[in-house]
Amino acid sequence: MHRRTFVKTAAAAAVTFSLPGILRAQGTGPVRIGMPLPLTGPFAALAKDMQQGATLGVDEVNAKGGILGRKVEVLFRDDQLKPQVGAQRTQELIEKEGCQFIVGGLAAHVQMAINEQTKKAKVLYVSTSQSDEISAKPDTSPITFHEALNPTITSRTVGKWVMENLGKKWWIVYADYAWGKQNNAVLAEVNKKMGGTLLGSTPYPLGSAEFSAHLPKIQAARPEVLVSVTPGADNIAFLKQVGSFGMRAQMKVAQPLLWISYLKEGGPELYDGIYGGMNWYWELQDTIPTARKFVEASMKKFSMPPGDYGAYSYSGVLEVARGAELAKSTDADKVADALRKNPQYDHFKGKQWWRACDNKSFQDMWIMKGRGPGKTKGEWGLADIVAKVPANEELDRTCAEKGFA
Amino acid sequence: MPDVSLAALAAQIFTGLVLGMIFVLLAIGLSLIFGLMTVVNFSHGALYMLGAYVGFTLLRFTGSFAAALVLAPLLVGTLGLLVERFLIRRLYGRGPDDPLLLTFGLSLVVVETARLIWGKIGLTLDPPRALGGAVNLGFTYFPTYRLFVIAVTALVLVGLWLFLEKTNVGLVIRAGSRDPLMVRALGFDVGRIWFLVFGIGSGLAGLAGILAGPMRGAYAEMGVTIIIESFVVVVVGGMGSLLGAVVSGLVIGQIVSLTTFFAPKLAEIVVFITMAIVLLVRPSGLFGEAGLAE
Amino acid sequence: MRGVATWVGRHPVLCFFVVFAIFPWVVPYTSLATQVLIYGLFALGFNLLYGYTGLLSFGSAAYWGLGAYGTGIALAKLKVGSLWVALGLGLGAALVGGAVFGFFCLRRRGIYFAMLTLAFAQLLYFVGFHLAEWTGGDDGLRGITVPPLTFPGLSIPLGRSVAFYYFALVVVGLAVAALKRILDSPFGAVLQAIRENADRATACGYDISRVKHLSFVFSALFAGLAGGLDALRLTVVPIESLHWSTSGQVVIMTLLGGAGTFFGPFVGAAAYLVLEDSISFLTESWPLVIGAVFIVFVLFLPRGIWGTLTAGLRGR
Repeated sequence: MHRRTFVKTAAAAAVTFSLPGILRAQGTGPVRIGMPLPLTGPFAALAKDMQQGATLGVDEVNAKGGILGRKVEVLFRDDQLKPQVGAQRTQELIEKEGCQFIVGGLAAHVQMAINEQTKKAKVLYVSTSQSDEISAKPDTSPITFHEALNPTITSRTVGKWVMENLGKKWWIVYADYAWGKQNNAVLAEVNKKMGGTLLGSTPYPLGSAEFSAHLPKIQAARPEVLVSVTPGADNIAFLKQVGSFGMRAQMKVAQPLLWISYLKEGGPELYDGIYGGMNWYWELQDTIPTARKFVEASMKKFSMPPGDYGAYSYSGVLEVARGAELAKSTDADKVADALRKNPQYDHFKGKQWWRACDNKSFQDMWIMKGRGPGKTKGEWGLADIVAKVPANEELDRTCAEKGFA
Repeated sequence: MPDVSLAALAAQIFTGLVLGMIFVLLAIGLSLIFGLMTVVNFSHGALYMLGAYVGFTLLRFTGSFAAALVLAPLLVGTLGLLVERFLIRRLYGRGPDDPLLLTFGLSLVVVETARLIWGKIGLTLDPPRALGGAVNLGFTYFPTYRLFVIAVTALVLVGLWLFLEKTNVGLVIRAGSRDPLMVRALGFDVGRIWFLVFGIGSGLAGLAGILAGPMRGAYAEMGVTIIIESFVVVVVGGMGSLLGAVVSGLVIGQIVSLTTFFAPKLAEIVVFITMAIVLLVRPSGLFGEAGLAE
Repeated sequence: MRGVATWVGRHPVLCFFVVFAIFPWVVPYTSLATQVLIYGLFALGFNLLYGYTGLLSFGSAAYWGLGAYGTGIALAKLKVGSLWVALGLGLGAALVGGAVFGFFCLRRRGIYFAMLTLAFAQLLYFVGFHLAEWTGGDDGLRGITVPPLTFPGLSIPLGRSVAFYYFALVVVGLAVAALKRILDSPFGAVLQAIRENADRATACGYDISRVKHLSFVFSALFAGLAGGLDALRLTVVPIESLHWSTSGQVVIMTLLGGAGTFFGPFVGAAAYLVLEDSISFLTESWPLVIGAVFIVFVLFLPRGIWGTLTAGLRGR
């Protein structure tokens, strides 16, 4: 076949194939938001929370007339917590379903892969995963937005609070992968800067819930605070084993993050007196009126309050809608510019804003403490709000540190 | 290098012993099944996971840990019987890879079904009050429950040894492990023996699960890494050798525990390095026999 | 019908090109078609080792990963400008891996061989995980920019899905043609003799250990090429590329399609991936579905889809 014929045929095929997509982008039919999330796999409960949050967001937008008068749909796809699958689902959402926006991703490595596809296809992406890299060069892009917290912010926030309130002699146990290592590095830095002592820092392979090999050593060192960077099921296994070695009475335990799903699974006896950070907790409705609306909608539709990841996806969806309305378009660059020009928003928990250089969302955070047996309130009242840490750009790396001039 | 006090090292060795015991329970089941049936049971990890889940559910219903400890392995063993009778036996006469592939598919099904039944987030259970807390061993405090695991496993191993050495059925099983063809030639109903062995192997996996559960929590993926480690243990000991399974399980338990202490980053990979070295030096594992696995 | 079947059997490469030229229009979207092509190639390599030579390996992910990382690192870290050089480097890495690991693994047989292949793959996974400066660690290797396809006087950018698909089609098609040559050669005949009865092949005087080793290396090359193509497709190489679950996937695909058949791998890849794509939004329990399907196939359709079809057509 002649080279020229080949190129012509390929070009014709390319145009034919992208025609439906072009038509859809032009403003007829519903606006579709694609959401890849780990519906199967170890974080499925968090994914369910994300799904519910996004659904509430879409309901709210549609109740107000949708985006640019068009109905909004959200399409959920299982990324199986695997980057290849996440990438494939994103391609499907964009190519086959014609999604104009992508919100989601839970695992850091999956959202990187998602981001690669959205960058290529020029689709706006709002990440709800906790990662330091997604808002920095070279991974980020003008159309990549990061709604969730990241290890730098969380560990600086929690680390500082722990130094000031719990103790200065620490031992850190962390999962040996990107999220764990990042948190460990930031915590160590905070400890050092504030004049503390880091007695030790122990990595363990993620998912390998056997800590007893490390615990006698830690016990012997007598730290004031045991800092636990153990995600998912590891968190429960870790706290159990720490308890079984009798260490709970000897030291305080703090974590960069507490997750409502694991608070529930582990139970009050396990989480009694454990400190950690959270981006959202439903009892905030007692003090924040917009939070009340969010919680009520969730109780009505799902009979449970929204959790931490549900909050991220709710906010992500609402921001997509807000940006599209401001830009009067679903084009990624236009929406991104509109969001950067109007960075402030407040949907459900107080003021948030997008930083211009890296599209990073800054938001308030809270230090929480697990409630013990007998002190919990109903099914979900599992933690006390101990302190609020207002949003502050100094808690994250600077634009320069992230690679922006 | 961490401070190597004798006390810390001793504690580590005890931890390795507990880990090793779990490996032994799993490896014996796998080795029995392979030795007799030449079946590589990929669903062993899923059965381990079921042992934990079923055990936790029994405990919640009956309030008795003893009941859970006895019934969970029996229930999982029964499932093993059904699997052998209705799935694996159909593959009789086919190549050696088919049962491996079938049990691989089975493991996917079992894990996902567990998630559907028990929910996505997993279960937590504390060991019973009597076994909670720690015992002062003189050089360190050690969780009582872990000592219990060591004791129970040791008892079960003794019981198993008695069964295999002192009963007629045990004799046939041992003979069949060594030379399945001959046993069949001697006129034994191999089908019945397979049935029993698969059930016993599955039951042991279930027991390992309910024992391990209170230490680490139960979650659907808990069988996934341990199945690979169990295979390594069996291969190092020698497929089909029960002595090999015991020795290898205990040794590898120690290796993992000590590596975690001295070089935590290598802990994940040390089992594979061990296996590669052993296999390249001794073709059929430590106690295995040539020709059995080909 | 039998006439068609015979004709297909005689001209597999041509049929491959014809079918896959129109394939993007058969499936819901182009990227899925590209995925089928690439994983089909991966399965093709595995099939050579398992279906034709009779060696079951648990470690195919190692060579897929070497190909992916080789190509990815060439583009992202070494800033190689040429598409062919990048793919070539990936192939080279897979070649070295296949040759070295194969040498060690093939010293044993049966389940011991399989476990050794797994051990080496896990070792590579560990190395890839911790060599984060080169591989990106568990965040994956990012920063891969795909250079355009250059011929004298012509430069075709591969950014659009359709363009990339046809590029991949040509590359995979060449590999398929290569496989046909391999299988038709005397070497190919010895491979199949080994699968049927290794001891007898030795008795006939063939140096089967050299043949097995070559088969292992060829299998690794196909896997590496597929991995390299996938790195270009996703512009990211996840660490899972080296994980045994990737090895498991290719086993399922080959079996679904039909081990030991020429087109089985592609049929299996298509079945698996299209099924996964359609099931994805119907149920969250994809592993349950594929596990059950797999069990049914092992029990009742051990020849796989293509194997059963062709056996039926040939009147067996």
